[in-house]
Amino acid sequence: MKESAYLQGLATRPVVTSDLPRHSAVVRTTHWIITVSFFGLLVSGIAILLAHPRLYWGETGSVGTPSLIDLPLPFMLTGQSGWGRSLHFLSAWVCVLSGLFYVLSGLLTQHFRRDFLPAKADLAWDSISRVTSSHLGWKRISKSESMSYNVLQQLTYLVVVFVLFPVMIWTGLAMSPAIVSVFPALVTMLGGQQSARTIHFVAADLLVLFLLVHVAMICRAGFSTSVRAMITGGSAATKDLA
Amino acid sequence: MSTLLSRRRLITTGLATAAGASSLAISARLAGRYGLIPPDHRGIYGVGETLTYASQQILMSRQPLAREFDRSQISKVFPVNGPPPEREAYQSLLAGAFADWRLTVDGLVARPSSFSLAQLRSYPSRSQITMHTCEEGWSVIAEWTGVPLSYVLNLAGILPQARYAVFFAFDDSWDSLDMPDAWHPQTLLAYSMNGQELPTPHGAPIRLRVARQLGYKSVKYLSRITVTDTMKDIGKGLGSISPELGYSWYAGI
Repeated sequence: MKESAYLQGLATRPVVTSDLPRHSAVVRTTHWIITVSFFGLLVSGIAILLAHPRLYWGETGSVGTPSLIDLPLPFMLTGQSGWGRSLHFLSAWVCVLSGLFYVLSGLLTQHFRRDFLPAKADLAWDSISRVTSSHLGWKRISKSESMSYNVLQQLTYLVVVFVLFPVMIWTGLAMSPAIVSVFPALVTMLGGQQSARTIHFVAADLLVLFLLVHVAMICRAGFSTSVRAMITGGSAATKDLA
Repeated sequence: MSTLLSRRRLITTGLATAAGASSLAISARLAGRYGLIPPDHRGIYGVGETLTYASQQILMSRQPLAREFDRSQISKVFPVNGPPPEREAYQSLLAGAFADWRLTVDGLVARPSSFSLAQLRSYPSRSQITMHTCEEGWSVIAEWTGVPLSYVLNLAGILPQARYAVFFAFDDSWDSLDMPDAWHPQTLLAYSMNGQELPTPHGAPIRLRVARQLGYKSVKYLSRITVTDTMKDIGKGLGSISPELGYSWYAGI
């Protein structure tokens, strides 16, 4: 087994060569369900935002009061937030339930610990900077690298799964008047209703940024191979890398 | 061997399907009995509406109060969507300072009644500084004073089969609340805002205040309250005018 040229010196992890699938059935199923619900959330989120594309900090904010950010978008008061809200909450239910299933299964099967938790050696600054610089160079990813995650990928996935999605759910719930009547701390800890809305917007932007980079990296690693692996499981054997 | 296996699989699958279907039917029945299904539960979006409504009703089963704020947090600006009703009936009442205005309460009540503004003002009142969150995304805080809806419902005598209180307004808007929200101590028939008589654009003479739902549930320019056990015969049967315009009946989120 040839070692990667640009990962020399990094903690290497054994490359799976058995017929085990590269992604488990749970990962594959929840990945695509969450993909669909994420697009539902994104499109409907934009429809809702356009009803009032201004952001504030604190409890209150409206036209006629100073804003934190005036987004360069038109106010669209044509009732688009109606279907927007319905689609948003339906997608949120799908996304959160499948996300919970994914996280529980990832904890139980040790998928997170095995694949996402960086090795100590990888967390050293020079390792991270080496991976970063080789990432920035537009170089095709080698066979063995595409079988396990490098430290940048690991940290990104950890942030997406354990920071950004929880923040989205928290700030989303904090905007619900019924939910905060039960759990007022959900919104007071964030500084208020409008702060929750602003954080929801910023975290959503970061998730979209992740999506763009994620798709770009998939193209780089070989689009059809990666997508096929996420659909069929794609045996880790060499044939799917042809 | 293979026929045995496939027969066994057939039986297991059949049993599992039957169990799944019957537990779904049982939970739907239970949800219906405990008032966990919103009037606008049909269609693909109805699935989301029902999940949200049912789970929030369970979470709020102890009927907590919405957050209340300090007087210093009251907003200086309170936007208004839409002008007051232009129809003659409303304009002449407005010109007469609502001296001839009456709030009718009928339907599943022991004593169908109508109340003048002076009567409503004479009843025990409640003041609260609460947030008004618009579905568009903005939020403001104001102080509301009014008679708790529960007080007026008790005067009319609500019959045990009541499930919804329906609110009709002079601007052709109408909406309804389930009984837990109708009985909730912060649900007011408000005649005063920030210590002043309720301004006309904010729903004079009386507007509803529903503290744990979005602003559009707080119907302005009230004229009549009907208590009912079903929403089927009112409008398109979806619980309020909102679903007819593409919005949810339940607005706790």
